[in-house]
Amino acid sequence: MIVVDKVSKLYGERAAVKDASFTIQAGEVVGLLGLNGAGKTTTLKMLAGVLLPTAGKIAVDGIDLTTNVEAVRARIGFLPEVPPLYPEMRVGEYLTFVARIKGLKSDIEGHVASAIADTDLGDVRDEFIGTLSNGFQRRVGIAQAIVHRPALIVLDEPTAGLDPKQMVHMRTLIAKLKARHTVLVSSHILNEIEHTCDRLIVINQGRIAAIGSEAELAGSVQGRGNVVVEVRGSKAAFEQAIRQSGVVAKTVIDSDTDGVIVATLELVNDAREALAQALVGGGLGLRRMERVQLELESIFLTLTGNKQAA
Amino acid sequence: MSNVWWITRRELTHYLRSPLGYVIITIALIIDGLLFNAVAVGPSQRLSSLVLQDFFWCASGTTMAASIFIAMRLIAEERQTGTLTLLATSPLADWQIVLGKFLGAVVLLAVMNALTIYMPLLLMLNGKISAGHLVAGYLGLMLIGATAVSLGLLCSALAPNQLIAAIAATGVILVFILLWILARLTTPPLEDLLAYLSIHDKHFRPFQKGLVSVADVVFYVSLSYVALLAATRALEARRWRG
Repeated sequence: MIVVDKVSKLYGERAAVKDASFTIQAGEVVGLLGLNGAGKTTTLKMLAGVLLPTAGKIAVDGIDLTTNVEAVRARIGFLPEVPPLYPEMRVGEYLTFVARIKGLKSDIEGHVASAIADTDLGDVRDEFIGTLSNGFQRRVGIAQAIVHRPALIVLDEPTAGLDPKQMVHMRTLIAKLKARHTVLVSSHILNEIEHTCDRLIVINQGRIAAIGSEAELAGSVQGRGNVVVEVRGSKAAFEQAIRQSGVVAKTVIDSDTDGVIVATLELVNDAREALAQALVGGGLGLRRMERVQLELESIFLTLTGNKQAA
Repeated sequence: MSNVWWITRRELTHYLRSPLGYVIITIALIIDGLLFNAVAVGPSQRLSSLVLQDFFWCASGTTMAASIFIAMRLIAEERQTGTLTLLATSPLADWQIVLGKFLGAVVLLAVMNALTIYMPLLLMLNGKISAGHLVAGYLGLMLIGATAVSLGLLCSALAPNQLIAAIAATGVILVFILLWILARLTTPPLEDLLAYLSIHDKHFRPFQKGLVSVADVVFYVSLSYVALLAATRALEARRWRG
C-alpha cells in the first residue's frame, strides 16, 4: 500500500505540490489527472524517489521514503515522460543492466525474459534501442519499469507521442500490469485515464482537488444531476407539471414537435421518481427519462475550475 | 561493490559503441606522437632518460585535456537525456553512481595511456631507459589523469550540460595547474599552501623523473577523493532541490 501524507514540494518559494494526501491500495490502477504544470510529474518523481519531499511523508509498504529511500526505490518501477534509454545498448542487454542495478541477484535472465514477454519485445530483443520506433521505445521504457517486478509502477504520460494503434496497445499493456502490480499513471489525456484506471486523483495547482472513481467524481460535481425527458402532451401542461414537481431547478426545452417535448432538466437532487410522478400525474405521456452522464472532460474542468475558460 | 561494477561496465560500453571514446583517444595519440617527435626527441641528441622525461611532460598535458572531454559527459549527458532518472530511481547509493562512472573514465584513460607505450619502447630500442622510470612516469600520468577526471566529474555533476561542464572543468584544472605561479607571487605560509595545491608543478615532476613519492600519491588520491565526494553531494542535493 502507498501512503502519501500531507506532502509538499517547494522549489524556492513556489510550491509545486502542497499538502497532498492520498492512499493507493495494492492492485489498484490509479490515474493522476491534472493540467500541464499542475504538479503531476513532481508528485510522481517524489513517489519514485527521484525527488525528496520538502514536508510530509511518503511510505511504500510501510517503508518511509525519506529515511529509507533505497529500499523504497527497490519496490518501485518508474517510467518518466521521456523513457530513460541508452540508444547504444541492445534491448536485452539494457534490461539486464537495469535488472542488476535494481538489485536483482538471481534469475536475472528469467526476469528479463518475463519483462520482454509482457511488453511483446521478443522480436527486437537484439536490436539497438536507438534504432527502434517511438512505440517500441515506450515499451522498452515499460519493460525497464517492471523488470524487477516492483510492487508499484509509476507511469508518467505513458502514451505521449504514440499513434492511436500504439495507444490502444499501451492501454492493454497497462491493464495487463494490474494483475501483478499496483499502477499509478499520470496523464492529461482524459480518454486514456478513463479507459485505464479504477480510481482518479485530480490535482490542480499543486493541490489534490478530488479523489474517487469516475462515477464518484461525476456525482460530486453533478450533485443534483441532469435528466433528459421525452413526454407527449402540451407545453403548458409540461410546464405546469414541472412547477408542481418542485424538484426542477432549471428547464431547457430541446424540441417540441408534433406534441412531443424533449427537455433537459436540472434537478435539485436525484429526484427522478418524484419528477416521473409529477409528469404522469399532470396527464403527460412519459416516453423517456434518462440521466445525463457528465463526460470526464466536463468533470475534470469543473474540478480544476477551468469550466468557464474551456 | 557489484553496483559500482555495473555502472563502470555500462560506461565502458558507451565509450566502445560511440565515436566519442575513439575520437578522444585518436586525437590524444596524434598530439602525443607529434609532441614526442617535436619536443621530446627534438633535433639534437640527448640522453634517453631526458627524452622520456619530456615525453611524460607532454603526455601529462594531453592526459589532462583528454580527461576533461572524457569526464564532461559523465553526469551532464545523463541529465540531458533523462537517463539519470533511471539511476536515481534505482536502489543505488549516489556514491556508487559517482564511483562507477569515475572508474569507467579512468579505465578509458588507462587504455589511452597504454597505447602511447610504443614511444618509450622506441627509446628502449635506440637508447637506455629504466623500467622503474617507465612505471613511475605512467603511474604519474594515471594519477594526474584520474585527478583531472574527478574534477571534471564534479563539474559534470554541477553543470546543466556537457559544454558548460567542459568549460568549467578546463577552468578548474587550469587554476590547479597555475597555482605555482600564484605561489611565487605570495609569501609563506600561503606560498607553501598554493605550491602544494599545484596539481602539476609540485607533484607531477617527480614522477616525470622516475621518482615515486608517497606524499605525491597521497596528494592526488586525496584531491580525487574530495572531488568525488563533492560530486556525490551534488547528486544528493539535486534530490532536495529538484
